[in-house]
Amino acid sequence: MSAVAVHLDRLTRRFGALTALDELDLDVAPGELLALLGPSGCGKTTALRLLGGFDRPDAGRVMVGGQDVTNTPANRRDMGMVFQAYSLFPNMDAHRNVQFGLRMRKMGAAQRKARADEVLDLVGLADHAGHYPYQLSGGQQQRVALARALAIEPSVLLLDEPLSALDARVRNQLRAEIRAVQQRLGITTLFVTHDQAEALSIADRVGVMHDGRLEQLGTPEEVYDRPATPFVAEFVGTMNHVAGRVLAGGRLEVLGSSLKAIGADGQQQGGMVEVLVRPEALEAVADEHGHAIVAERTFLGSLTRMRVTLDDGADLLIDVATRRGLPEPGARVAVRVTSEDALVSGPSTP
Amino acid sequence: MGVAPFAVYVALFLGGPLYEVIYGAVTTTRGSLTWFNFSQTFHQPYVGAFEESLKLALLTSLIGGVFGLWLACAVVTAGPRSPLRRIVGSGAGVLAYFAGVPLAFAFIAALGRYGEATKLLQDIGINLNAGSFTISSLTGIFLCYVYFQVPLMVLLIIPALEGLRPEWHEAATGLGASTFGYIRHVAAPVLAPALIGAVLLLFGNAFAAYATAYALVGSSVNLVPGWIQQLISGNVLVDENGIGLALGVEMIVVIAIVMVGYAALQRRATRWLQ
Amino acid sequence: MRRRRRRRPRLWRVTILVLAAVFFLGPQVSALRYSFVQSNGENGLGNYTQLFHDSALGSSLVTSLEIAALTTVIMLALMLPTVVWVRLRLPRLAVVVESISVLPIVIPPIVMAAGLATLQSHASAQISSVIFTSPLTALTPFYVILAMPFAFRSLDVGVRAIDLRTLVDAARNLGAGWTTLLLRVILPNVRTAILTAASLTVALVLAEVVISETLLYDTYPVELVNTGQNLVGVAVALSVLSLAVTWLLLYMVSFIGNRDASRARIGRLL
Repeated sequence: MSAVAVHLDRLTRRFGALTALDELDLDVAPGELLALLGPSGCGKTTALRLLGGFDRPDAGRVMVGGQDVTNTPANRRDMGMVFQAYSLFPNMDAHRNVQFGLRMRKMGAAQRKARADEVLDLVGLADHAGHYPYQLSGGQQQRVALARALAIEPSVLLLDEPLSALDARVRNQLRAEIRAVQQRLGITTLFVTHDQAEALSIADRVGVMHDGRLEQLGTPEEVYDRPATPFVAEFVGTMNHVAGRVLAGGRLEVLGSSLKAIGADGQQQGGMVEVLVRPEALEAVADEHGHAIVAERTFLGSLTRMRVTLDDGADLLIDVATRRGLPEPGARVAVRVTSEDALVSGPSTP
Repeated sequence: MGVAPFAVYVALFLGGPLYEVIYGAVTTTRGSLTWFNFSQTFHQPYVGAFEESLKLALLTSLIGGVFGLWLACAVVTAGPRSPLRRIVGSGAGVLAYFAGVPLAFAFIAALGRYGEATKLLQDIGINLNAGSFTISSLTGIFLCYVYFQVPLMVLLIIPALEGLRPEWHEAATGLGASTFGYIRHVAAPVLAPALIGAVLLLFGNAFAAYATAYALVGSSVNLVPGWIQQLISGNVLVDENGIGLALGVEMIVVIAIVMVGYAALQRRATRWLQ
Repeated sequence: MRRRRRRRPRLWRVTILVLAAVFFLGPQVSALRYSFVQSNGENGLGNYTQLFHDSALGSSLVTSLEIAALTTVIMLALMLPTVVWVRLRLPRLAVVVESISVLPIVIPPIVMAAGLATLQSHASAQISSVIFTSPLTALTPFYVILAMPFAFRSLDVGVRAIDLRTLVDAARNLGAGWTTLLLRVILPNVRTAILTAASLTVALVLAEVVISETLLYDTYPVELVNTGQNLVGVAVALSVLSLAVTWLLLYMVSFIGNRDASRARIGRLL
């Protein structure tokens, strides 16, 4: 079965005075996993629900595989949906849960059973087919939910924060499995999450949403390295705000280094601008004549995060790979930028 | 231990009367064990009264169950904070648990010989008083019982209805089911234990009830509680006291069976809905 | 493309709501109208004011109110510490205690009355004169038992809704004794639960007729039935009143205690 494309055409949805979606325009390529990322209330779940048919837009169209399905009810759209939690039917065991969609499509009993066995095996739960939801762990329940959604061979897979209710270890494991299954089946997928690490790790493309609008749409690297708006910069990963001076030839002076400026158009030479730098793009080296002091050092496993205070009062976060000999709290250090370019967010606020 | 006062209190004030009932049912006035009291309860008029009580309980619990469920669905779909919900909630609480005597008089005022509704019906040509209908009868009691059984059902079943997660409906829809399909395959099976349990409670409630019947008809009513009261209070033959107590034990047995059934169903209901 | 969605009133909902309105409000409206027809044939509030003229009715009401108050106090004093203790110290006994608290439901009131009547007839003259003469002492202890299932449930829901363990540990850490703990720390936080339990108890006592009638005590409901033999209008008026007051009581309880954690859960009880 070949994958389909999804096109959300200027979708608008209002709830009373609140505009949940403001003319959202989004394309999902066939076989692609697109993650919609954003804080609560940004409209990502609303968009998903509109695509699934669980809600009707106030304006705009939903196109799947070239067809306009805006007016098609949810039970006639060919989609598989995985909810955040609690979506398994409690009165049926895993096997019958998975068969449900097939039953609705009037598939014969033997065929249903074979197909259900197949997908349960795909998600690694063949042994638990006879278990009821209350007998399954959170992670297992979500796997069954995924199997149930895939059993009907949908043209689009919808995932509404499927990992948010699980604990960290299970989350990471299941995340990779979902991605593996999705790629193997080549199914067009829309994945909604508020966890940026999740979005960055599994998506082909990430759409960052805020207040009902798409702030940026791009590959994980693009969204992370070249955030298009301050919101995206802050939401995806951590950002330091540093002062930089505009030099000639499209370069900036930041913390003593000369860097290529990005987004510095229109800034006056010699003027001060605010620059965004990732913690992993900084380095702190012990130096008696340095211009900063280590305020705090936090061990995070493979990473160590240091908070240093510059002499002019500003605080910076620096992430380095954990090793011995890192500067202690209280030590005087010199801070340098290790990347080649710097993202300008705007003129310096006095 | 902190639960000692509680345990002692219950043993004394619940155990006391209970002991008297059981003891009195199985002993003669001289204190020797006897089967007499119980054997009498298997004869008329007591058997007849038992049948009437069971019939009344069965009918009112089934009717209360059906209409109560219907009404509860209508209330729940209005939303958790709607005024309808609040009014029905507190109103149902009053009618279900405290209606007793006031309810009887409300019905007398409505459908009694000179009741307002009787007059209304006479105006449109239906004369209730012409036939053998009187509110002070088992039929009247039946109507009154339905009046508090429906609210009780509403109160009992609303939590179960609210326990139906919206995700189930949406998941079912997403997988191709119509609303009817969802009800048939998911909602009904999930609700079944709670529904049956609620109807069981309704049955027990009607079987044990007496206040309304007493206010409408008096202790001469052909129901088990009526006979118990007659046998206990102010009767010449002391022997009959024992029969009343035997009937009491039988009532307890019926209710106990109902409660055990209810508890078992509750366990099943909550296990699925963890 | 603009689409305005309106929920069309669904037939199945409208039908039952209309049926329910007619069936449930009908008798109440009839009773209300009936209550305004005085014994002299004219319309007025005579049936209602009868409460103040009739000494039997009035004194029985006072008696019932006294019993209600005493029952409530004993019920709270017995049940609240028990509920707290069970939730705090003996969580595994919770199921057992809960089952015991539900036990009174298995005994129909008429059977309880039969047992009490027998108890009375077997009691010695001294006990009789002390306990069984006045309804206040005779009925109250057993009314507490009757109220137990509802009261326990209300209090339990309320106590479970607050973070009991943390509150108690914090208070004890700061030096509170058990009485202070109960009165100053726990009680204020379960106000709604207590009010609900108390309201249910009062309503129960004021409606209880089977036991008091069988034992020949003159409580308000008993007197109400007696009045109904002769003065039906008065009985109907007082019935309307008592239903209205009970409803008002329960309705208000569902609003009280806005800051109470237990309020959200109590809503489920009603």
